[in-house]
Amino acid sequence: MKNGKDVMHVVRSAVAQHGATRDELIPILTDVNHELGYIPHEAVAEVSRLIGMPQTQLFSVASFYEMLSLRPRGRHVIKFCENAPCHVVGGRQVWQTLRDELKVTSGKTTPDDRFTLLTTSCLGICAVGPVVVIDDDVYGNVEPGQVARILARYE
Amino acid sequence: MKYFRSHVLVCIDPACLAKGAHDVEDALQDELVAQGLIDEIQVLETSRIGGCSNGPELMVYPEGIHYVGLTADDVPYLVEEHFLKGRPVKKFMEQVTVVSDQELGPPKPKEVRVVLRNCGEIDPNNIEDYIAEDGYGALAKVLGEMTPDAVIDEVMRSGLRGRGGAGFPAAKKWQLCRNVNDSPKYLTCNADEGDPGAFMNRRVLEGDPHSVLEGMIIAAYAIGASYGYVYCRAEYPLAVKTLNIAIQQARDFGLLGQNIMGSGFAFDLEVRVGAGAFVCGEETALIASIEGRRGEPKPRPPFPAVKGVWGKPTNNNNVETYAVVPQIILRGAPWYASMGTEKSKGTKTFAIGGDVNNAGLIEVPIGMTIREVVYDVAGGIRDGKDFKAVQIGGPMGGCLTKDHLDLPIDYESLTAAGAMMGSGGLVVMDDETCMVDIARFFMEFTQDESCGKCTPCRVGTKRMLEILQRICNGEGKDGDIERLEMLSTQIIKTSLCGLGQGAPNPVMSTLKHFRHEYEAHIYEKRCPAKVCRSLIHYTIESNCTGCMVCARNCPVEAITGQRRAVHLIDPNVCIKCGICMQVCNFNAVAVTS
Repeated sequence: MKNGKDVMHVVRSAVAQHGATRDELIPILTDVNHELGYIPHEAVAEVSRLIGMPQTQLFSVASFYEMLSLRPRGRHVIKFCENAPCHVVGGRQVWQTLRDELKVTSGKTTPDDRFTLLTTSCLGICAVGPVVVIDDDVYGNVEPGQVARILARYE
Repeated sequence: MKYFRSHVLVCIDPACLAKGAHDVEDALQDELVAQGLIDEIQVLETSRIGGCSNGPELMVYPEGIHYVGLTADDVPYLVEEHFLKGRPVKKFMEQVTVVSDQELGPPKPKEVRVVLRNCGEIDPNNIEDYIAEDGYGALAKVLGEMTPDAVIDEVMRSGLRGRGGAGFPAAKKWQLCRNVNDSPKYLTCNADEGDPGAFMNRRVLEGDPHSVLEGMIIAAYAIGASYGYVYCRAEYPLAVKTLNIAIQQARDFGLLGQNIMGSGFAFDLEVRVGAGAFVCGEETALIASIEGRRGEPKPRPPFPAVKGVWGKPTNNNNVETYAVVPQIILRGAPWYASMGTEKSKGTKTFAIGGDVNNAGLIEVPIGMTIREVVYDVAGGIRDGKDFKAVQIGGPMGGCLTKDHLDLPIDYESLTAAGAMMGSGGLVVMDDETCMVDIARFFMEFTQDESCGKCTPCRVGTKRMLEILQRICNGEGKDGDIERLEMLSTQIIKTSLCGLGQGAPNPVMSTLKHFRHEYEAHIYEKRCPAKVCRSLIHYTIESNCTGCMVCARNCPVEAITGQRRAVHLIDPNVCIKCGICMQVCNFNAVAVTS
């Protein structure tokens, strides 16, 4: 069990939905990651068994893509867009404020497991930069002064 | 993603904040919790709903109802009427509401919209809307009266060049793939638009997905491909959803599948979603990712036209390239070739971001000057500041300066000037931008996104980044500029794919045009634009009124001072976040270098 969900059940339904073939590996892993927050080792083993692909090859794919995580993450994942268009409209200050508020650096999880702080590649919503995404919620036109208020919404 | 039946946008621009927007927002949250509606109605912060002249303002979607002049006390009544009983409250409603599209406004006088013509005009989730705008008319013409060779010839004569960045003639690519004697053949659409600041493809996929599908079906007919993939990045969830709806509708209408339009031609396609790897925009890496492998590039040749997806001939084009094809077929090659320059025909979409008044999407004939684009179309530099530079071509492109304002934007001119067309991201920078910081920034990006397969890119970009970081931290050494130049040359010459070959471009172009800034950082330990933190100091000047706002907002309590007395920043405690400067209402905080 991870995050209150049965790992084997999550894996099997993802494989059933996409089909047990190697070319569906990325969609399968994406679904597992979304459901469980990350891809635990037992999920890797089960996907490997179901689609008949060595675990090493599975790891090579899972470790390559930014959105797939092999390590547990916090209850909420904060993704900050640190790309040029957001950077030049005040993103730097927002990023500093986020790190100050959470007292963690990029890629790290707060000691209470509440937040994992990540940067993201450009989300293409540059017209409303700086942009912060928390779980599936998107915040645009963020100013440093709003950061604490936004974070307070997440338990 | 969590779904809400309604979204309430609260304007938090300074003018609305001053009138208590946060109090209204808090009251709204509390009331929604109290009424048990918090899981149905989402409250979001936004800016510029209206003019802020009658704040605080709210916008309620999907109805598009604009409430103004609210106080926290009005909120319980509003929630009860609107959200519980479903009766919009007239007395709080703004009379005339103009919903502005921040990304894509009405066309400016110098714009010509071909690719973006339907975006924002039609319902992307309804194929009949597209058909009403001549949609699939080009496909009917192609299948009914044109041979594959005639299609390739028409596109050849239009002069269409690949819009993914390199500008290879589209029809030539099709011809190469068509000529390969192997089957089946595949078609891929590169929708892995990863360049920071570029979102033209996203908008086309979200606003007019059928134009891309129609272009792909036509290309498949010309090449003889039987199956296709749209490789879309996972950062664009709405684009993926819209595409999937469009594909299903096209199948239902007999425009995909066996025997398309009764012609006997068969073609189908599916969407493949990435998982966050910039390098997958490189065509050989994209193919690897479609096959479920690590998205690492391969040396070319063999080119995908010979060995692509599953080792079979594959034609890969960008979203915009496919989207324009139906218009070329319908309106004819001479029409398309009448726009643009001698070697670069047609129009190009650009995403303009950074310090301009009208950030967003535009589409202009190729060959328009940078000046026209920045000043006439994008409305000039924000806050009346001076233009300093424009980064063209994304993280592998280059920075151009004031001296290049009259340069025409076309493939050859940009490359000659040290930038490149790329996918069409333009980041405009004002005179408060530090070019060394920008170069560091792009290098951080490419370093992070390097897939690690080849050494020059994996290690070389890391070494360059370390030098740039050192310079920005005030620890630059004599010889650093020369080391950057040497590394740049070697990385460009020896990298495997376009990512590594382009990675040094931002450094090379800033070194070429802003060498004095590098020198100021290294030899004078000074950041002329006052951006690099290690090289700047914040001070409070004598016009400080002692309002204490800065002291209250300082995250590290570095500011001391009595009420109504000039405050003081302790440089040993200050982390140079700049918040004091932002919150000061009297311009009393100064930054020096």
